Amino acid sequence: MIHQYQLLGYNIVLDVCSGSVHAVDQVAYDLIALFEGRSREEVLSAMVQKHPELTEAELSECYDQVDALARAGKLFTPDTFAPLAGELKQKTSGVVKALCLHIAHTCNLNCSYCFASQGKYHGERAVMSWEVGKQAIDFLIAHSGTRRNLEVDFFGGEPLMNFDVVKKIVAYARSIEAQHGKHFRFTLTTNGVLIDQDVIDFANRECDNVVLSLDGRKEVHDRYRVDYAGNGSWDRVVPKFQELVRQRGGKSYYMRGTFTHANPDFLQDIRQMLDLGFTELSMEPVVCAPDDPARLTQEDLDLVCRQYEELAELMLHREREGRPFTFYHYMLDLTGGPCIYKRISGCGSGTEHMAVTPWGDLYPCHQFVGEERFRLGDLWHGVTNPAVQGEFASCNVYAHPQCHDCWARLYCSGGCAANAYHATGAVTGVYEDGCRLFRKRMECAIVLAVDKALRS
Amino acid sequence: MEHIKTIETRNLCESAKNGGCGECQTSCSSGIANQKCES
Repeated sequence: MIHQYQLLGYNIVLDVCSGSVHAVDQVAYDLIALFEGRSREEVLSAMVQKHPELTEAELSECYDQVDALARAGKLFTPDTFAPLAGELKQKTSGVVKALCLHIAHTCNLNCSYCFASQGKYHGERAVMSWEVGKQAIDFLIAHSGTRRNLEVDFFGGEPLMNFDVVKKIVAYARSIEAQHGKHFRFTLTTNGVLIDQDVIDFANRECDNVVLSLDGRKEVHDRYRVDYAGNGSWDRVVPKFQELVRQRGGKSYYMRGTFTHANPDFLQDIRQMLDLGFTELSMEPVVCAPDDPARLTQEDLDLVCRQYEELAELMLHREREGRPFTFYHYMLDLTGGPCIYKRISGCGSGTEHMAVTPWGDLYPCHQFVGEERFRLGDLWHGVTNPAVQGEFASCNVYAHPQCHDCWARLYCSGGCAANAYHATGAVTGVYEDGCRLFRKRMECAIVLAVDKALRS
Repeated sequence: MEHIKTIETRNLCESAKNGGCGECQTSCSSGIANQKCES
C-alpha cells in the first residue's frame, strides 16, 4: 500500500509497510499512481497520453526507477505484520514501565472544558498521601521486569497542590533506583498558578519534561481557564512559565494548549506562544461530548486541517530563518523511530502503562479514571480485573477493521483507546474526527522531515 | 534523469527482526509516530 500527496511544493510517496518515503517529480508521481496492477505497456501507454512532452525512452527510464524500488521492497510492500500483532504485549505481559500518578484530584482552576471534571474525575476532592506514592514506586519497580527506564508522570488535577508529596516521591525513587538497576524519568503537568522558585528548581533538576498548560492568546486562554471566582489565569501564569523556561537551560518542556470551537484558528495561538518566547509547542483539539458547545464542528475541522498545513509552512520559514520551533505532532524521526512491534501495539495503556488514583486504584490511563468499570485493581493487590486488562491487551492496529485500508495505521497504531471509547463506546472503536486530523498532521510531519533531509 | 529521491528511513520490515525490546517511552492526545527508538 502506498499513499501519495502533494504539499508545500513536494510530491510525496509513502510506502506504508516498509516505512519508505520518496520525494518525486510530477512524472514519477503520475507513473506511480498507475503502476500497481497494470503491465509495463499499459502504464507507458497511459503516461504517453498524460505527458506528451516526454519521449518513450524518458518514460521508460522513469518506469525502471519505480520498478527497481518496488523490487527492492520500497514501494508497494505487502503487509505481512498481522501475525506480529499482540506479540509485543505477550512478550511483555505483566511488565509495567510507566505510571501516571494522580497526585491531586483537586485544582485551583475551574476550566469548563476539563475532561477531568475540574480535576475531581467525577468524584470527591482528594490528594495522594506519601504512603500511596511510596507504594506506587515500589509497585513499579516490582512489576517492571527487566525494563531499566521507568516513567512517572505527576498529573492531576493540579499536582502542585500536593507538591510536598511530589518531592518526597522523587527523593525516594532517586534513593533506590541504582540498587534496582532502574532509571526514573519524571514529568510534571501544571497549570502554572503555583509555580515559584522552589518549583522551578525542582522541575529543572528532576523532571525530564514539564507540560505547561497555556491556550495561547489571552482572550482564548481566559475564556475557559478561570479560577473559582471566574477570573482568567493568563496574566498570572505566563510570567511564571517564561521564568521556568528561561531557567530550564535547554531541557525539554512544552506548552500544551487546547483548541475548541471558539478558536479553530489555533495557529494564531501558536504565534502568540512564539511571541512570548516559547518554542516547544503543542495545541490539541478538544475531545468532548457531542452536545458540548466547545465541540469542534465539521466546518471547524476543515479550518483546522488548513491550519495544520499553514503551521507546517510557518515552521519551514522559521527553520530557514534560523528561528526554529517544535510542534509535538510534527517531531517525526524517520531514521530513529519506533520498531514495527511498537507501531502495531499502540500506547500500552492498561498493560505497560497505568494511572494511579490518589487512593491507589489502578486504571488503564488518566482518561479512564473515575469510570468504575475500567478499574484494573490497586497498588497492593495488582491487577485483579484481568478481563478489562485483556480488552486493552488486545488493542492493536489489526483489532480495528476500519484501519485496514488506512495509510496512517502504522503511525497511529489504531489511535487513542480513550478517545475511541468516548466517541463510540468501545475501546477498539475508531474516533473518525480524530483520524482525519491525525492523517493531516502526519502528512505535514512527513513533508517537514523530507524537507529537512533534502536540505541536509 | 533522477525522478525519485528516496529519503533515509528506518525499514519496518527489518525492525521486525531486531525490534521489540520494549524500552522505548510510553506514548500518548510523544505520540507513537513521534517516538524515538530507545537505542
